Amino acid sequence: MNIKLKIWRQKNAQAKGKFENYSLEDVSPEMGFLEMLDYLNQKLIKSGGEPVAYEHDCREGICGSCGMYINGRPHGPEAKTTTCELRMRSFKDGDTITIEPFRSRMFPIIKDLLIDRTAFEKILIAGGFISADTGSAPEANSILVCKKHADKAFDMATCIGCGACVAACKNSSAMLFVSAKINQYALLPQGKIEAPERVKKMVAKMDELGFGSCSNTYACEAECPKGISVSAIAKMNREFLHAKLIAED
Amino acid sequence: MTKLNAKIPSGPLSEKWSNYKNSLRLVNPANKKRIDVIVIGTGLSGASASSTLGEMGYNVKTFCYQDTPRRAHSVAAQGGINAAKNYKNDGDSVFRLFYDMIKGGDFRAREANVYRAAEVSNDVIDHYVALGVPFARDYSGYIDNRSFGGVQVSRTFYAKGQTGQQCVLGTYSSLLRQVNKGTVKLYARRDVLDIVIVNGKARGVITRNLVTGEIERHSAHAVVLATGGYGTVYYLSTLAVNSNASAAWAAYKKGAFFGNPSFVQIHPTSIPVLNDFQSKLTLMSESLRNDGRVWVPKQKGDKRIPKDIPEEERDYYLERRYPAFGNLVPRDVASRAAKERCDAGYGVGPTGLSVYLDFKDAINKQGQKAIENKYGNLFDMYEKISGENPYKTPMRIYPAGHYTMGGLWVDYNLMTTVPGLYAIGESNFSDHGANRLGAGSLMQCSCDGFFILPYTISDYLADDIRTGKIPVDTPEFDDAEKSIKEKIQRILSVNGKDTPLDYHKRLGKIMWDYCGMVRNEEGLKKAIGLLSDLKVDFWNNIKVAGKDNELNLELEKALRVADFIELAKLMCIDALNRKESCGAHFREESQTENGEARRQDEAYSFVAAWEHKGDDVEPELHKELLVFENVELKERSYK
Ligand SMILES: Cc1cc2nc3c(=O)[nH]c(=O)nc-3n(C[C@H](O)[C@H](O)[C@H](O)COP(=O)(O)OP(=O)(O)OC[C@H]3O[C@@H](n4cnc5c(N)ncnc54)[C@H](O)[C@@H]3O)c2cc1C
Ligand code: SF4
Ligand code: FES
Repeated sequence: MNIKLKIWRQKNAQAKGKFENYSLEDVSPEMGFLEMLDYLNQKLIKSGGEPVAYEHDCREGICGSCGMYINGRPHGPEAKTTTCELRMRSFKDGDTITIEPFRSRMFPIIKDLLIDRTAFEKILIAGGFISADTGSAPEANSILVCKKHADKAFDMATCIGCGACVAACKNSSAMLFVSAKINQYALLPQGKIEAPERVKKMVAKMDELGFGSCSNTYACEAECPKGISVSAIAKMNREFLHAKLIAED
Repeated sequence: MTKLNAKIPSGPLSEKWSNYKNSLRLVNPANKKRIDVIVIGTGLSGASASSTLGEMGYNVKTFCYQDTPRRAHSVAAQGGINAAKNYKNDGDSVFRLFYDMIKGGDFRAREANVYRAAEVSNDVIDHYVALGVPFARDYSGYIDNRSFGGVQVSRTFYAKGQTGQQCVLGTYSSLLRQVNKGTVKLYARRDVLDIVIVNGKARGVITRNLVTGEIERHSAHAVVLATGGYGTVYYLSTLAVNSNASAAWAAYKKGAFFGNPSFVQIHPTSIPVLNDFQSKLTLMSESLRNDGRVWVPKQKGDKRIPKDIPEEERDYYLERRYPAFGNLVPRDVASRAAKERCDAGYGVGPTGLSVYLDFKDAINKQGQKAIENKYGNLFDMYEKISGENPYKTPMRIYPAGHYTMGGLWVDYNLMTTVPGLYAIGESNFSDHGANRLGAGSLMQCSCDGFFILPYTISDYLADDIRTGKIPVDTPEFDDAEKSIKEKIQRILSVNGKDTPLDYHKRLGKIMWDYCGMVRNEEGLKKAIGLLSDLKVDFWNNIKVAGKDNELNLELEKALRVADFIELAKLMCIDALNRKESCGAHFREESQTENGEARRQDEAYSFVAAWEHKGDDVEPELHKELLVFENVELKERSYK
């Protein structure tokens, strides 16, 4: 099939970016979306142009590197699908596809489609862990976890840190990302002990960095490639309230 | 020939590690603050080493090329992680895990190292649970285990189909806790391009800041490589596409010997190549072979769709050739058998390079629901990629490069032949011999990083408590930086016609054809010639878009491919030298009448450790003879 591309090009963080138009022939439906970009890049390089910079690594939806707006949506048109998992089958011959970096003031553009998501890591550094030194752990089966909670903790832990939730949110809120981590640990006996401190520290960091607040539009859930549910946010709010209450005790 | 000293402690196998640990020197807490350690890599091995060294009080500097440590390739591991807990009471033990790894590796690994890994494997599971890794559990709240990779016990811990991701998130969280405490400093988006040696010891690295292009110097008292495997030498593989060998290759050129470079595991069940633009191969878990039956048509070039091919015209070749194990033969055997059928003209799909993995009988017997429960996510993934529904039509699969057993040679301390330079995780050669068992790598990476390296490196660092900071304004750093800058200028200035991707594909084809699943003398010699030509061609005709002082993904790729071309040649030299078949290394000249691998213990019971002797000079072979005191060498048979 033949397609037209409208891609955001921006030389570096300081430069002013703009859209450039390209057209590609002989795109095959089973090509991955990123393979289509590789194909474009090969053509650009061979004709003396600059390839489009974008981030990727595993190319199977697990590392969280990839991510761009495709026709205005983080990770493109398919539900629960990362950019690298997207296939050209999802588009038709003659389509024009608009490709931009994730747009959020929290994720500055580095070049073209490549962005800086270190703000996420800063939140985790503030408290996204269970404090257990190597060598101090008890026998694994001495910590029993009821299956329901273990499964739920797993679901929360499937977040790949891609940032689509922030990019989808008009307030640039990181609530879905942060609540997934908070809940994972709060659901486990070994994570409960630090839960009040954890939620306070992570929320404080999130606010300090300038992530916006949640106004319940659920855009994050709709675009999350791992299907993290917004119920996590409500649960985190409860954790947060609880933490404040016991602090006042 | 006497240069290699594996430093295996004496005494009975089961007491070696505890006795040895007790004899190691310690560094007191006040002195640890004065010691810097560089760790390159943030997969399971690198992140676990960094956080543990940080907890102990060392100053750790941790590097990775991704934007954050959490994205290291370890996230892709699906199946699980082994430990000798014997939770299922099925007779498992440290010895049995050790034995399975030694046998699985076809008796080409070092007994003492493998035993130690099996011994500390249980501590790893305890620690992951403490860190909040959500392993699968029973309704009773106890941890569940499954059998994996054709072994007879259930010793694999798993978190649905994403055990690697969950273990990475555990190690990553403990790493960030140390960042919070100030013991670990993170350097993400950095490519380590060279190792700096001062007075014979590894004392630092040269990096390129991948955002600004700046060439930087970092010093430390010791350097740890945790840089993963080099399966992407085949271009198409199951690895993350940016995985590369450059740091290990730099270490090799600085004097670290390379162990068994030709030992590569080719995984039998990956989604086959669909088109010329394909950039990676997606693994379909090994567990599918528990219920899927592998077949090809009996008639050559049969183009009918699978459901039109009647039962009696199907060749279930694994069941035919290996009646005892059938579809569950080990990875290397299954891979070679698929290749044999396809090469003989029986392969299916548009390219003829795939075989069917059919769930029809399993669905008929157990019902679609049962199959969905077991493999639902894998079936979905398959459909997303191929566009075909595996409940209705058989999957098509083909082998793909997956894991490199070879890597930097290390002694019992996990130190390379360069003092102060360590290699852990997939980047070393140590525990898997000629073939790795399923779920054995996550285990080894975690054992190395959490529970082994922190002890052994302390013994080495005990000599450095009075050394003081290692300065970076020395001739050694000057020289290393200068040669890296020159290399970059050289690669940018060629301005030829073909891109790094073009070269990577060409390289991959040579390696897949001549140094893949099946090797022979003629092919390997041919490959060595082709690779020498490819290197010359590369340096005369490479085209790298962009400049050095900016984010430049093409430059990153070009530097990696240049190293891969050289490593590929060493792999072929090693494969040529080892005239026996063992594990995943199959030399056509060394097979039984039935076409099975024939090991030659008298001549080849050694680790081949290669020493760099200069560019375009033949490397020198050193042999570490393998001594088996606790197991009896047997032939692997799956008939
Ligand atoms: C699809 C797939 C499934 C698998 N499933 C399993 C499984 O179920 N069980 C199992 O036990 N094993 C499995 N394996 C194997 C296992 O995942 C790997 O062997 C293991 O994760 C390797 O970990 P590592 O710590 O050695 O390195 P990696 O996780 O590969 O990490 C390498 C690190 O080094 C860094 N790095 C590399 N070079 C440089 C450089 N020059 N400069 C700076 N940084 C650098 C990278 O940034 C990265 O952080 C699987 C492998 C694949 C491909
Ligand atoms: S919550 Fe979902 S969208 Fe947000 S970072 Fe995690 S995986 Fe991505
Ligand atoms: S490249 Fe890893 S999730 Fe897309």
